[in-house]
This record gives sequence, structure tokens and C-alpha cells, in this order.
Amino acid sequence: MSNFQTNPVAFVREGMIPSAPPPYTAGGPIKWLRENLFATPANALLTIVAAYVIYLVLASTLPWVLNGVWTANSLAECREILNGTSGACLAVLTERWPQLLFGFKYPSDQYWRPALAFALLFVAVAPVLFFDLPRKLLTITALYPFVAFWLIWGGTILAPILALVGCVGGYLVYQRFVKGSFAIGFFGGIAAAFVIWMVGGALIPDGASENSILTAIPSRDLGGFMLNMMLGVTCVSLSIPIGIALALGRQSRLPLIKIICVVFIEFIRGVPLITLLFVANVMLAYFFPPNSSVDLFLRVVIMITMFSAAYIAEVIRGGLAALPTGQYEAANSLGLDYAQAMRLIILPQALKISIPGIVNVAVGLFKDTTLVSVISMFDLLGMIRGPILASTEWNGVYWELLGFAALLFFVVCYGISQYSQWLERRLATGHR
Amino acid sequence: MTTLTDPPRAGFRLYLLFNDTRYRSLTFQAIALMLLIFAFAYLGSNLFRNLTAAGLNISYDFLGSSAGYDINQRLIEYDSQSTNARAAVVGILNTLLVAFLACVTATIFGVIAGVLRLSNNWLVSKLMAFYVEIFRNIPVLIWIIIIFTIMTAVLPGPNKFRGDSATASMVLDMFAFTNRGIYVPAPTWGAGSSILVLTFIASIAGIFAYRRYTTKLLYDTGRLLPVFWPSIALLLMPTILMYFVLGRPVGLDLPELRGFNFQGGLKIGGPLIALWFALSVYTGAFIAENVRAGIQSVSKGQTEAALALGLRPGRVMNLVVLPQALRVIIPPLISQFLNITKNSSLAIAVGYADVTATLGGITLNQTGRAIECVVLLMLFYLTISLSISAIMNVYNNSVKLKER
Amino acid sequence: MKKTVFLGALTVAGLAAGASAAATLDDVKARGKLNCGVTTGLVGFAAPDANGEWKGFDVGVCRAVAAAVFGDPTAVEFVPTTGKTRFTALASGEIDMLARNTTWTFSRDVDLKFEFVGVNYYDGQGFMVPKDLGVGSAKDLDGATVCIQTGTTTELNLADFFRANNISYEPVPIETNAEAQQQYLAGACDVYTTDASGLAATRATFEDPAAHVLLPEIVSKEPLGPLVRHGDNEWADVVRWSLNALIAAEEMGITSANVEELSAGTNNPEVNRILGTEGNLGEMLGLSADWAKNAIMAGGNYAELFEKNIGETTPIGLARGLNAQWTDGGLLYSPPFR
Repeated sequence: MSNFQTNPVAFVREGMIPSAPPPYTAGGPIKWLRENLFATPANALLTIVAAYVIYLVLASTLPWVLNGVWTANSLAECREILNGTSGACLAVLTERWPQLLFGFKYPSDQYWRPALAFALLFVAVAPVLFFDLPRKLLTITALYPFVAFWLIWGGTILAPILALVGCVGGYLVYQRFVKGSFAIGFFGGIAAAFVIWMVGGALIPDGASENSILTAIPSRDLGGFMLNMMLGVTCVSLSIPIGIALALGRQSRLPLIKIICVVFIEFIRGVPLITLLFVANVMLAYFFPPNSSVDLFLRVVIMITMFSAAYIAEVIRGGLAALPTGQYEAANSLGLDYAQAMRLIILPQALKISIPGIVNVAVGLFKDTTLVSVISMFDLLGMIRGPILASTEWNGVYWELLGFAALLFFVVCYGISQYSQWLERRLATGHR
Repeated sequence: MTTLTDPPRAGFRLYLLFNDTRYRSLTFQAIALMLLIFAFAYLGSNLFRNLTAAGLNISYDFLGSSAGYDINQRLIEYDSQSTNARAAVVGILNTLLVAFLACVTATIFGVIAGVLRLSNNWLVSKLMAFYVEIFRNIPVLIWIIIIFTIMTAVLPGPNKFRGDSATASMVLDMFAFTNRGIYVPAPTWGAGSSILVLTFIASIAGIFAYRRYTTKLLYDTGRLLPVFWPSIALLLMPTILMYFVLGRPVGLDLPELRGFNFQGGLKIGGPLIALWFALSVYTGAFIAENVRAGIQSVSKGQTEAALALGLRPGRVMNLVVLPQALRVIIPPLISQFLNITKNSSLAIAVGYADVTATLGGITLNQTGRAIECVVLLMLFYLTISLSISAIMNVYNNSVKLKER
Repeated sequence: MKKTVFLGALTVAGLAAGASAAATLDDVKARGKLNCGVTTGLVGFAAPDANGEWKGFDVGVCRAVAAAVFGDPTAVEFVPTTGKTRFTALASGEIDMLARNTTWTFSRDVDLKFEFVGVNYYDGQGFMVPKDLGVGSAKDLDGATVCIQTGTTTELNLADFFRANNISYEPVPIETNAEAQQQYLAGACDVYTTDASGLAATRATFEDPAAHVLLPEIVSKEPLGPLVRHGDNEWADVVRWSLNALIAAEEMGITSANVEELSAGTNNPEVNRILGTEGNLGEMLGLSADWAKNAIMAGGNYAELFEKNIGETTPIGLARGLNAQWTDGGLLYSPPFR
């Protein structure tokens, strides 16, 4: 470089100067603010309005919640402790906690039973929800209903075992005959299961429930959030097979079967759930044989299952319609009959597409289980509107209780819908 | 060369009913029909035996007898001496009213929230996401009760307006917001007001004519006339002129606190507002998701192509994106409207006199005719649902992509 | 998977239904439990307490009947019913008797085919207003907004009263007592109307009960009593005389405290007949001889039940009024036990 020294230029930069930091408005939080909050005047106005709304909501609720009283025995006591300041009387939650979760009649020393059933539910549904888990875990799922039934209702263990034996028997018959004809296997299986139940039912001695390991608990004693969960889980799982049958029936080429399915689906979808619950509550009893009494829980399960089956049928019909015709044609050209084609080719694909839709229906249904509070069942909302708000101690504690119910539902439903979105993303990869 | 030949026609055997495709479908249908008839016969006979055992009968005579109770919101003439059938009609009209109002506002809420959720503004889009999630994941019955409770607790009762130490006052001396409802001025129609109404209708027709003309001018000559301000002027000017020319025929009946309640004016009842608002915000959250999905379904290339053609952003939205997005939005929107109609049956939780509360509530309680009332109730909802879906399907077909 | 449990449950339920029996009493005895319909929660009459035990005046009647049949006042299954469901529940056999402050009316008795076996509480519909409204009579309520709890005869009485007096009002029908109360306290209605006993019970729970007054008018007759299905007279007799035993016990001075002592035998032949030491009344009913003794021991006689659940020492604080014995100027009058 020394030969340049004669150059008349006074100064030549020989090295790179370190790069200057960007102007402070073009980086860091300010850039983020400018791009995301104050891009245009209109945008800035929106931001300010939104911030003000958030402030208003927080300013009215936060102090109220933070100033909450957690230990008191009645609203009057709460008011005494608060001494005129504004604050939530959250003591109602701590005091009535078990009632909100399990209803007011479930024996308190048996709370571990529904709690255990609830914990096992996660184990049981995991293999259904997450495909990566080993398939063998599905055995647990298959056993779960019987275990849960026994845990929650108690009574003689013979009843769930009989139900299980019936299912296994039916399945074996199905396996034996399905090679010949699906119809014979299917109906034969159902018939076998019924025979086992009938014979077994007659064998169970009267009063077997009297002194069993777990005390029998009548379904009228179920309540609280547990009732919502049970109705939701039972009805959704019952309605999936019915929904599949209805969807297939609606696509069927047999006009009579198609008409039956269409009428059923459109009828159920056309009326509000509350009227169906009225049916369960005030009408259904007249349709059972005289002198039999089917308890309210079962009647409600029947109606909600019919309700959700109709909606699930529509979701699955969408899945069936979304399959390319090539799949149907390929199945036919392989010489598969209707049952085989559906079982081996069409339904596995259609169900896979339908899963997010089914989950949406399930969330909707779970939320709708709160409607049973209108027909004198003490679910979470029923507990709040009935016994708790009617009691002398907690008369007037609306916000705390309603907020708690809302929170509980939000946590569960948001969790499920996040799962559904995750699943949608995962399933989407296969079809692009 | 192969020829298709029929299989040899063997004699008919019983198993062919199940295995031969010629008979199988008939067999299955026959079985299904038999099962259906059997099921209906079984249920019917149970019903009959139960009713005879209880000494009851199925009779709709109660519809003709006087109802005996009063209803607070009635769109048609009704008093406690009217028949149960008329009470049911009052309820039906109330159901339709709240369903219609909620459909309109839910759509507005949904479109605003759906569009804002796609906004570049971080705070606003997060706020909208929060709105959507919180309303979608909490049961509507809880929302209805919460909103009704909020309304009762936050708005003042009419007694707060009374006396010297009144803690609440009317807005502009015209509107009163109370927890019994909102009182607004009602128009009183004097002589000549029909001319005024006719003028107004004529000016609306004028607006449409003007808009047609500008569109035609645009297509024919390329000249673009202003549309917005002339429309406003057309809407208001002639009516206002006529109003003064005719000597102010239309007056206002202002609500005023007399006795226990505000009297005069028009009252929008508290239960109606609570139910209307709850259904709107709840369903609005679902519609917002549909709108978002619809807008996102329009491929980015469409927007870019429109911009490349030199269209302004507003016109890109109006002329290119929305027409295509609507095709995706409309079908789920229909089912949301149906949901609103069905969810309006939760009115019983807030004491709104819809058909579930009159026919399926008080009438059922008082007459004890459970089966009859519930059957009528279901028939009504079924009719409504089927007609809404029929109407909407017609519309849906008209906006469907015309494939040639 | 769950389908099978469901079917299983259905089968079990079908089996449990068992042999059809014509008589409710035999049904109840075979079941070992009495199914008694009550309200979903009205403090003082029937409401579950913090431990989930049903407590109240109507509940006491159910327990007395259970004690008369089984000798065990806890052999009751309480079935909460709403105004909508109570009649179906009874007509369809889901419950054996209904003790849910239900008014005895002509159409319910004749048209709906129920049998009211007696009256356990004479009530009437009243009005409650805030004191600072300055209203002294229900006739001053022209133009008022009235909160009604639905599901009883309340709506009809209200309409009749206002029509008869030619004054206008605006009804706000509310499903549950708690919500109606909330509306009333927030000033969304001027008046709250329901049975006078319910008003007293509601007022008792207010922060400041003294700020509200009950208007003097009682606009209806509300004889509340237990009811059973038409056509099963034996069962109706069991319920009717269990109730009468409670009323007669008060008149005869039999209480839960002295019933043991009196059942050893007294000089009063009617007391002896009630308590089963003389005659065979229990046998006639198809019950054990000490049925009435058991019914009285379950919760005490009528006066004891009243005082414990709704009487003046409770927060509800109802006076006996019409519900005093006929000897004290009330309407309670049990037919003789002989």
C-alpha cells in the first residue's frame, strides 16, 4: 500500500468501518410497535380503542378478583370481611367445590371413584387421539367403558363383566362369520351379545348390588361437572357408530333406507336440543312399557345421542363426499362387495378426513350438556342455579359461580379445539 | 370374443334373498320396513297403554280455551282471556323477532371480528382472537345468563331516575337505559304522514335508479360519477323538505317516568336485549371464523392480479375478494342462522316470552298437556328450520360458481 | 365401545322394571324405597343442604310416608321435579307421590287425573315490594312490573287479580327463585309475587329484610298438598292417613319425644288406635301396626315439622296462621281415627 503515499488525495479509507446500528425507529420494540400497532392513523386509532377496552375490562375485574375472599362460610360473612370494599366472594368455590364437581348427592367418601375414572379417561382416549402410540393400547380403550361404568355407578361387578363378556362373545361370533358375509357376522354378533346379556342377566342374583365392593350409586345422585363430562363422553362415543350408520344410510342406493335416514337426520337437526330434552323429560316415559321406569339419566343419554348422531352423520357424509370417486371405483373393480369396500377402503379414509369435524361436534355437544339444567338435572349449571344459589348462605353469589363455570368449560373446550387444530395440521400433510 | 351371459337361472332358494344382488336390496328394505313398523307399533302401543292406564287422552282442545296468563311482549293483540293458541302465536312471533334481530347483528359482529382478526394490527387481531375463542368455548346458556345478570346489575332501575337525588338520568331526554329495558322515542303519525312515507320510499327508489345510471355510464363511457354523497342527499333531502312543507306531521312520543315505569315511547324489553345480545355475540364468534376462513380461501394471486390491474384496495375487496369469499362463507352462515333460531329457545332462562316459554312453558305447566305441547313445539321449529334452509339453498345456488 | 354398556344398561333397566304390579304399595314395598317428587330447591319446603341431605317441610311428609311403609324414614329417593315435569313424572310412574307445593285445583284433580290426598300447607299468593316504594296495597300497583316465578298457578292468579281490579301490569316470568330474587333486588321489577310462604322465605335471605314489606292482600287460595295417581285408592289411603296421622298427633299431643312412652298404652282410645296398641288400623292399610308411630317418629308431628323447617324460630319465620289446628282457629282438621 506504500506506493499510494504519493497520491494527492488527503485521505483514503483503508478498512471497512463497522456497520452503524439501524436508526432506532427501524429496529427493536419501536419498529415492532410501528409495524404492528401504529402503521396508519386509522390503525393507531384502532390500537388506542382496543387498549382502552382492555383497560376497562381489566380495571373492573382484576381488583375484584384479587381482593377476593377465599375463606368464609356464607355471603354475609364475606361481606363482613370485605367491609364495604369491592371484592369477590370466592369462598363459595372453596366451600362448595365438591358439590360443583360431583353434585350434592354423590357420597363424599366415594369421590375418588369418579376422579379415578376421569384420570383413566386420559389413558383410554390417548391411543384414539394420538396415532403414534402403540396400537396395543387400544385394548385399554376397549376395557375403559366397563371399568368406568363400574367405578362411577358401583354395585355388583357382575354387571360390567357380563356386559364385557357379551361384547367379547359378540365379537368372536363376528370374527367367525365375517369371512362369509359381513351381514351375517354383524347381525350374528349382535344377536350373540344379546343372548349372553339376557342369559347372564337372569343369572345375576337379585340384590347382588347390596353388599358389593363398591357401593351402588343411583344415577340420580350424579351431578356437577362430572355429569357434564359423563354426558359428553358417553353421548359422543355412542353417537359415532350410529352417525356412521346414518351417513352410510343417507348415501345408500336403497330408497327406503335412504328416506328413513334423511328424515331422521333432518328432523333431529331441525329442532333445538332443548325440545328433545323436554321429550326425554316429559314424553319419553310414556313410550316405554307400562310400569317400567327408565331413569332420567338414561332417557337424556338416549335423546342427546340421537341429537349428536344426526350431526356426526352430516360430518361423515361430508367426509364420504370428499373422497374422490376413484376410490369407490377402485374398490368395486377389485371385486369387493359393499361391506368390504366400506370397511377396508372408504370408511378409513372418510373417517380420517372427518375427525376435525367430529371433534367440533363433540365440543358443541359438550357445551350443550349444560341444557340439562333446564330439565331439573343438577349438572354444573344446575347446581349453581338450583341448590347453591337457593341456599341461605350463598344466595346472591352470581359472578363468582358463573365465572367459575365459564372458566371450567373454557379450559376443557379450548383444550379440545387446540387438539383438533393440531390434528388438522397433521392430517393436512397427506393431502397436499 | 366374449359375450356377457346371464348366470344360469337356478330355481329360487331362500338364501338367494341374502346373497343374490337381484333380491338383496329388496330383502334389506323389507327388513328395514318391518323393523320400522314394528318399532312404531311398539312405541304406539306403549303410549296407548300408558295413557289409558293413567286415564289420559291426546287432545288439542286446550288450544281453544283461554290461556289465563299475561305476556309482557306481544306483537299482536293479546290478553289473559285470549286462547292458548293465540299465546302460542305471540310466542312464535317473539321467537321470529329475536331470531331475525340476532341474525342481523351476529352477521355484523362476525364480519367485523373476522376482518379485524386478519388485520395487521397485532393488538386488534389478538383481541379478536380472544373474543372468538372465549365465546366459542363457553356454553351459550352460560353466556345468556351472564349477560342477563350483567344487564340487571349494571343498568339502573327506573327508581334510580326518580326523586331529587336521582343517580341516573335520561340520555338527551329521549332515551332511558334501565334494567327493565331501553326506552326510545316512538313516532306519532299525524295527518299527511303517509305522504312523507311515500316520499321516503320514492327517494330510496331514486337512489337505486341513480346507482344503475352511474354504473351504466361507467360501462358505456368510462366516466365515474360520485355515488356516496349524492345517495345520502337523495335519501334525506326530499323527506326533510316534505316534512317542513307538510307542517311537521310526524311527532315524537318521548318516554317519561310516570308511576312505576317509564311510560310512552317504545320499549325494548330487558330480556329481549339480553337474549338478542347474547345470541349475537356468541354466534358472531362462529361467523367470524367462517368469514376469516372465507377470506383466506381466496388465493393471494387474485388479490395480486387485481392490484396489478390498478384497482384500489377497497375495490379489490369489493369486486374481487368478497364475491369469491362469499361462496365459502354463505353455507356455514346459513347453518349459523339456523343455530340462532334454535338457540333462541333458551329464552326461558331470561324470561323472554318466546314460543318455548309460552307454548312449551306456561301453557304446558297450566294445562299439563305435555305430549301435545312438545309435539307442536317441535313441529314449529322443524318448519322454521326447513324453510330457512330451503330459502338459503335457493340463494346459495344463485351465487354458486357457474361451471360451464 | 360404549354402545354395549348402553345396551347392557338398557337390559338391566328392563329387568329391574320387573314384574308389573297393579298396586303402588306393593311396588314400593318390593322396591324397598319410596320415590317422592319434590321441588328442585325451595328453602324450607324442600332443598338439599350443604351435605346433600334433603331438608324441608315437604321432605318431612315424604319421610313420614316412608316411615309408615318401611319403618325407616331414610328409605326415600327424592326426585327433583320442575313445574313442567312433575305431572308427567307422577303419571308415568317415575315417582310414587308428589310433595312439591302443588296447588289442589279442579282441573288438576279431574282433568289431569290426580288425587290430592290432603292439604299440608294452606298458602295464598302475596306480593312483596321495597318499603321505599311507599305502596300500601296491591291495588296501588297500577303499571308496575311484576316478577313471577313460573311453573305454579301464580301467573293465572296474577292475571285474574289485575283484571278484576282493572289495573295494568307487566309480568316478568322467571324460572328459578334465585334469579327472580336477583331481578327484584336489582330493581328490574317493582314487585315480586309468589306464594306468601315463598315470599317470607325469600325475604329472610335478603341482606336487609326490613327494607321490604309484604302487602296485606292475599290474592288466591293455594291449598298445597301431596298427590298421587288416580285409581289406586289403597296407595292414596296410605299417603292420606300418614299425613292425617301427623296432624292428628299434634291435636292429641303426641310428639316424637313422648311417642315411645304413649305407645306403651294410654287412657285415650284414639291415641291408642293411632299408635296401634288398640284396633287394627295398620292392618287395614296393609301396613304394620306401628305405622303411625313410625311416621310420627320420623320427623315429629305436624307442629314439630312446621317449627323445625318453616316456623318462627327458623330464618323463614312463618306464623301458623291458617295452618293452626282447628281448635286454635286454623284449618287443620284430621278426620277421626276409628
